[in-house]
Amino acid sequence: MSVLLAFPTLVVLLILQMVVVSRLPLINGTADLLLLALVAWALQERARSAWAWAIIAGVAVSFISALPFYAPLFIYLAATAVARLLQRRVWQTPILALLVAVFVGTLIQQLVSLVVLNVSGAGIPWEDGLSLVTVPSLLLNLGLALPVYTVIVDLSRWVYPEVDE
Amino acid sequence: MNTSNSRIWQTALVVLLVAGIIALALGGFLSPALRTVLGPLVSVQNWFSTRYMAIYEFVTVPRDVTSLRQRNTELENENAQYESEIIQLQQQLREAQVLYALLDFARTRPENEYAAAAVIGLDPNPFLRYIIIDKGTDAGIRHGMPVVTEQGLVGRVDAVTANAARVQLITDPGARVNVRLQSNQVKAMLTGSLTGEVSLDMVPQETDMQIGEVVLTSGLGGSYPADVLIGKVVSVSRRPNDLFQMASIQPAVDFSTLRAVLVITNFRPVDIAPLVPQTLP
Repeated sequence: MSVLLAFPTLVVLLILQMVVVSRLPLINGTADLLLLALVAWALQERARSAWAWAIIAGVAVSFISALPFYAPLFIYLAATAVARLLQRRVWQTPILALLVAVFVGTLIQQLVSLVVLNVSGAGIPWEDGLSLVTVPSLLLNLGLALPVYTVIVDLSRWVYPEVDE
Repeated sequence: MNTSNSRIWQTALVVLLVAGIIALALGGFLSPALRTVLGPLVSVQNWFSTRYMAIYEFVTVPRDVTSLRQRNTELENENAQYESEIIQLQQQLREAQVLYALLDFARTRPENEYAAAAVIGLDPNPFLRYIIIDKGTDAGIRHGMPVVTEQGLVGRVDAVTANAARVQLITDPGARVNVRLQSNQVKAMLTGSLTGEVSLDMVPQETDMQIGEVVLTSGLGGSYPADVLIGKVVSVSRRPNDLFQMASIQPAVDFSTLRAVLVITNFRPVDIAPLVPQTLP
């Protein structure tokens, strides 16, 4: 059920990302709705399909983005891994885990993108990349983390309704 | 007899008097007198009328409030519908203006074949400057085809599916375009950047490059057709110790408001990679 739900959810988020979010930059950075959704989903205790969500999102973004195909897949799997790890360690404070996971996940995303693009010959200066894209993207992702988390929590409660004991 | 005569005289007198008063009134001689008499009367009538209307409204308005509110709601709804229609029409007008401009541009270059496409998205990665368009191989679009607007060069097709394509903009950090300066035919290379600015590199030091100079594609390398407008030089950076001078370019295309583009479908890019000499290990 939750894997099936991943397709429409992630497709809608990807469309929103390409049409709306990518057109609303802060300096040159933009938020990443898919990353935020994946991290929020991976932090849900009952969500058992986080890895499937990460693979679906990675494949979808690989298909659209000009980044090499393996980069988005790696980024989303790594962000999910961080979120799952934090969910096990700091499960009592999900908001803290969310913010830390979004911070680390965004850093992974930005650094992997920078490395991959520079290796492929784009020649992006590291200082410019960090100051003009990475830091603004971090701020945007942290700002949007809570609203996305709220939506995902509702979604997970709908998929996995609580059973009264 | 006397009685009838006196009545005739009285009647004649009255007629004369009335005629005289009418004549005086028509001549304007009675205006001051009428104003003096009518002024207080009009004021009194006005006072009564105002009070009466106030009392009338006080008695009748509570019955009208409900109908007025209903009418107000109806009008507000109508107004909202009209505003919505206006927004839709403005949107259609803008799209039509863009398409007319593209059509005009296409007519000025009959040697090229174009496929018009709408911009439907941007690359999700903030380091990259690619757009997604709504036409693909079904519309005759192939990898490497140049993309333009009526203003100038936009980029080239980087990947394509049946009904969509990804276009690398000339502002992308990885974009390289062989260009020439219009005035002196000097060849150079245009590069994009992370911030979306484009700059000119590989310009020989001895070249006299002026601000405002027009930059066109040179056609070298086979990636783009020649003589497509790119932009103008806005600043020149020349250091004595450098091999080449650089310049910042103001692109002719406004990439932030890109809505529709033209793909040149009869241009076949040339892959010169096999001709590039490889360094032996």
